[in-house]
Amino acid sequence: MTSASFPRQVAMLLWKDVRVELRAGELIYATLLFAIIIVLLFSFAFLGGAPPTVEVMAGVLWVALSLSGMLGISRSFEREREADTLRALLLAPVERSALYLSKLLSVSLLMLLLCAVVVPALCLLFGMQVGDAGAWGRLILLLTLGILGFAAVAALFGASLGRARVREVLLPLLVYPLVVPVLLAGARGTYAILYGTPESLDDAARWLKFLLVFDSLAVMGGLWLFEPLCATE
Amino acid sequence: MAMSTDPPALTKPAPLTTLWLLLAVTSVGMLLAPQLILRAPTEPTMGFVQRIFYFHVPCAWLAMLGALTCGVASALYLFKNSDKAEHVAVSAAELTVVFGLIAIVSGPLWARKAWGVWWQWDVRLTTTALLWIIFIAYLFARRYGGPGGRRLGAGLALFGAADVPMIYVSVSLWRTIHPKTSVVPTLDPGMRPAFWLSMVSLHVLFIVLMQLRVRLERARARYNALHLQAQDAGLIDD
Repeated sequence: MTSASFPRQVAMLLWKDVRVELRAGELIYATLLFAIIIVLLFSFAFLGGAPPTVEVMAGVLWVALSLSGMLGISRSFEREREADTLRALLLAPVERSALYLSKLLSVSLLMLLLCAVVVPALCLLFGMQVGDAGAWGRLILLLTLGILGFAAVAALFGASLGRARVREVLLPLLVYPLVVPVLLAGARGTYAILYGTPESLDDAARWLKFLLVFDSLAVMGGLWLFEPLCATE
Repeated sequence: MAMSTDPPALTKPAPLTTLWLLLAVTSVGMLLAPQLILRAPTEPTMGFVQRIFYFHVPCAWLAMLGALTCGVASALYLFKNSDKAEHVAVSAAELTVVFGLIAIVSGPLWARKAWGVWWQWDVRLTTTALLWIIFIAYLFARRYGGPGGRRLGAGLALFGAADVPMIYVSVSLWRTIHPKTSVVPTLDPGMRPAFWLSMVSLHVLFIVLMQLRVRLERARARYNALHLQAQDAGLIDD
């Protein structure tokens, strides 16, 4: 019954999300602005006293990312719901797993964009120094893996909110506890990378592996649960 | 929303005598346990406060058991659409929150004396706190989520159940300050009667509460079905 191959379905659905956003723009700009405001708030809250430690920077990075990411995610699913397009997508002849993967990727793309704002803001306001190209590479890998894990959980629950009441409150309430491992590994890993000694880099490698395991489990769980969770009673 | 089918028959309730019997067993156990706990030898390094152990370990264990039960029942609900399984899941989730709370309160009381701090971001403590919060979120989704909240909760419960093995192996995989699981099989012989009596009494209590809660949930489902039928028949308004 399906006309396009699986990767093509994912790509088409992803392209749809990107195109909607390119035309409307509301989500990207609002979320990016929100991310900058959070970093500013942190800098007002922390600066003035002792210079912030590397640990504080790592924490601010991940908290800013998860707060602004959640805002974008809940808004993007709310938009689908307002126009009832999620129902249309569920009726369309595409694999449910393709739908889930495309949502996962579009959420990840949004959050990667957020990183492109939050990381420079931290360098500027908190004096964060990442170091050489190797450190940047590690940081980008860590951020990507963390975002994938975050998005894997958020896309699953965001799409399944369906007819639930108090959606705006429910989504963060359901997603944050489940992504605590990501935040933990992300913040500890970032700290280890920024610290920059050989031992701490070993530590960072361990957190990268941890994230890889979490991501695989979260994506598998998402693929497995997407269909029953999206079903209506 | 017309209800054409008959309301679910009041499934054969567990005979009340069995429940009373179990309740009697757990009551006797709970009256006896403090005596045995007082008579158990005092642990030399931690002193009197170590006696929290007899209470803390069974409750933490039951919280994990509740989470696993809720996870399995939620999977049955999600994939087989079994309402009965959903009743079991919500009952187990509530018990996980209750027993988890006991473990999370008794733990810091003990830790304050043994480690000098109330809380330590140790892997076992973190994963246990996480389990507790996930099941609070489960109850929240079910209570306030309206239609669809049950499915969301079930999805959450599956992730929550996946946390249980993490809690169990956390002390062996990471260097933590929390005592290892191997404490129990290598327990001082003098401590064993008190520990196992607490373990059995609390397990029986768990079963009793679970039974009562599932009965309540079934009665509620039956009431709702009858209410809808009465509405369809025009017997009641609204």
